[in-house]
Amino acid sequence: MRAQPTHPTVEPPLLEVEHLSTAFRLGQTDALAVNHVSFEIRTGETLALVGESGSGKSVTAFSIMRLVQPPGRIVGGRILFRGRDLLALPEREMRTIRGAGISLIFQEPMSALNPVFTVGSQIAETLQVHGRVRSRRDARQRAIELLAAVSVPQPERRVDEYPHQLSGGLRQRVLIAVAIACRPALLIADEPTTALDATIQAQILELLRELKATFNLALLLITHDLGVVAETADRVAVMYAGRIVEEASVREIFRHPKHPYTQGLLASIPGGHPGSRLRAIDGGVPSLGTIPQGCAFAPRCPYRFEPCPTEVPPPYVVGVEHRARCYLQDPAYAPALSGPGRPGRHSKS
Amino acid sequence: MPLLEVRHLVKHFARSSGLFRASSVVRAVDDVSFTIEEGETFGLVGESGSGKTTTGRCILRLVEPTAGEVVFRGEDVLKFRRGRLRRARRDMQIVFQDPYSSLNPRMRVAAIVEEPLIIHRIGSRANRRARVDELFRLVGLEPSHLNRFPHEFSGGQRQRIGLARALALNPSLVVADEPVSALDVSVQAQVINLLMDLQEKLKLTYLFIAHDLRLVRHICDRVAVMYLGRIIELATASDLFAAPQHPYTRALLSAIPIPDPEVRRQRMLLDPATVNRDRPLREVAPGHWAAI
Repeated sequence: MRAQPTHPTVEPPLLEVEHLSTAFRLGQTDALAVNHVSFEIRTGETLALVGESGSGKSVTAFSIMRLVQPPGRIVGGRILFRGRDLLALPEREMRTIRGAGISLIFQEPMSALNPVFTVGSQIAETLQVHGRVRSRRDARQRAIELLAAVSVPQPERRVDEYPHQLSGGLRQRVLIAVAIACRPALLIADEPTTALDATIQAQILELLRELKATFNLALLLITHDLGVVAETADRVAVMYAGRIVEEASVREIFRHPKHPYTQGLLASIPGGHPGSRLRAIDGGVPSLGTIPQGCAFAPRCPYRFEPCPTEVPPPYVVGVEHRARCYLQDPAYAPALSGPGRPGRHSKS
Repeated sequence: MPLLEVRHLVKHFARSSGLFRASSVVRAVDDVSFTIEEGETFGLVGESGSGKTTTGRCILRLVEPTAGEVVFRGEDVLKFRRGRLRRARRDMQIVFQDPYSSLNPRMRVAAIVEEPLIIHRIGSRANRRARVDELFRLVGLEPSHLNRFPHEFSGGQRQRIGLARALALNPSLVVADEPVSALDVSVQAQVINLLMDLQEKLKLTYLFIAHDLRLVRHICDRVAVMYLGRIIELATASDLFAAPQHPYTRALLSAIPIPDPEVRRQRMLLDPATVNRDRPLREVAPGHWAAI
């Protein structure tokens, strides 16, 4: 589902993911956790990858960083970063990309920091690995500057503290400082605020927005929270069972969602009249190995019809830079689909 | 008479002294009082460490409170001895947050749901089997799956099993501690709908503990906001969301992301130094209490 640029730009996209497939060995067969996923991110842009557990959104992030661990492995596709295919690079060169070109921050700020080293030395390590500092004193000074850049109060004192001395929100700020230490062009944030309280979450999202503007960072934001998406993203890709099922600008996704799954996700957000029934999606998310044939969402879809369970729908262009993998968008089926219970009744247009 | 009345509840945890630390006391719940009417959904909200979960557990005496009274149907639960407490617990049940760790993985789900009936010596074997069947249908599960193990069910289904077990003894009060926060978004709505249906059908009273304020606004009649072990504001859900009084409540509400890309909310920040924990609640409007 690649975007056809509407206004031709001189600069190619920062990151182009083309037909990325990542498989996990399940018994005798390979199951695709990421299934021919394609998208692109331009410099300074935020793309939100939205999905529920098992949708493949985190595996996509790990695939881009080439950090997929066995029994998982990348089985196909290309990942072009500034025009170079990351999947073709030797590991040594990939190491220079990680941190300096693309950085990753995780959901769990406690487990991602080493408890036996000070905050400052963990930031300094990243700088030293990438040869960004001349001396230890230089590294310490840079670490203090970075802590200040992510709005850690009293950075001169905090730089010598250990992770357990910091609150969850401060730890997440330290991780972001490590991630931006070598000025990457792309930051991948995997559920960066899920483990945090609401007030802290709001502060971290604000920080990410500021850093984006200051450093012209591109952001791949992985989340299940549509509130976070609405506040942070420029474009949205919705994943379900390993595929991107819909992709559009954030405004389009919220105003004119076309895929029944996207519509269902938006409808399940509590709102409307208190005490009224929520619009739930029936059934549950399929697990790897039990992904249905055809459109994976078909068994839960209120609009499924004859082609859905047999053939995977292609990405139909449904608007400006808006694509949806759903047969309801196929003009060839349109005449057969007139009548009550038509799709679009969930959309808030 | 309210169904439940919590008066001046206190729970202190002793932190034992460590190598570099003197022993100290954590005031997890610090003089908390509220009442819940029969048939009501009462929300207890707050961030991590606010004491909301400990409060819920103290009411069921899963954690022994340090001081205070928990008056349920006119009797102080904290004065009950073992046998009496056990009988009282038939009427007060809990649903836990994590449907993965709260069900015994080695028991078939039929046995998990039946267990409370066995413990309380209710019914014959055949009666109990029939009751388990009925409970399974009640929570929207397939009775033909009764002989399966918990791992064969999805998160949402497991939460339904936890609910069937909690309802086995026909309780009137259910403490629901973050019952959907571990579930996928599309599944959360199913479980919330089920909780609302069951309340209507069985005339249940809920103490709903949560951090998701959108959800609390949707299902709760009244809400208490906890901050560092104290209730700092208590009101009907509509009053609380329309006119929050305490600076912490305002900060909390302003932090909820709005699922609309064209609406930006003005965030309000809270300087913790400005919150006086010792300020008592006062009635700022009929039925609306705030520690300001």
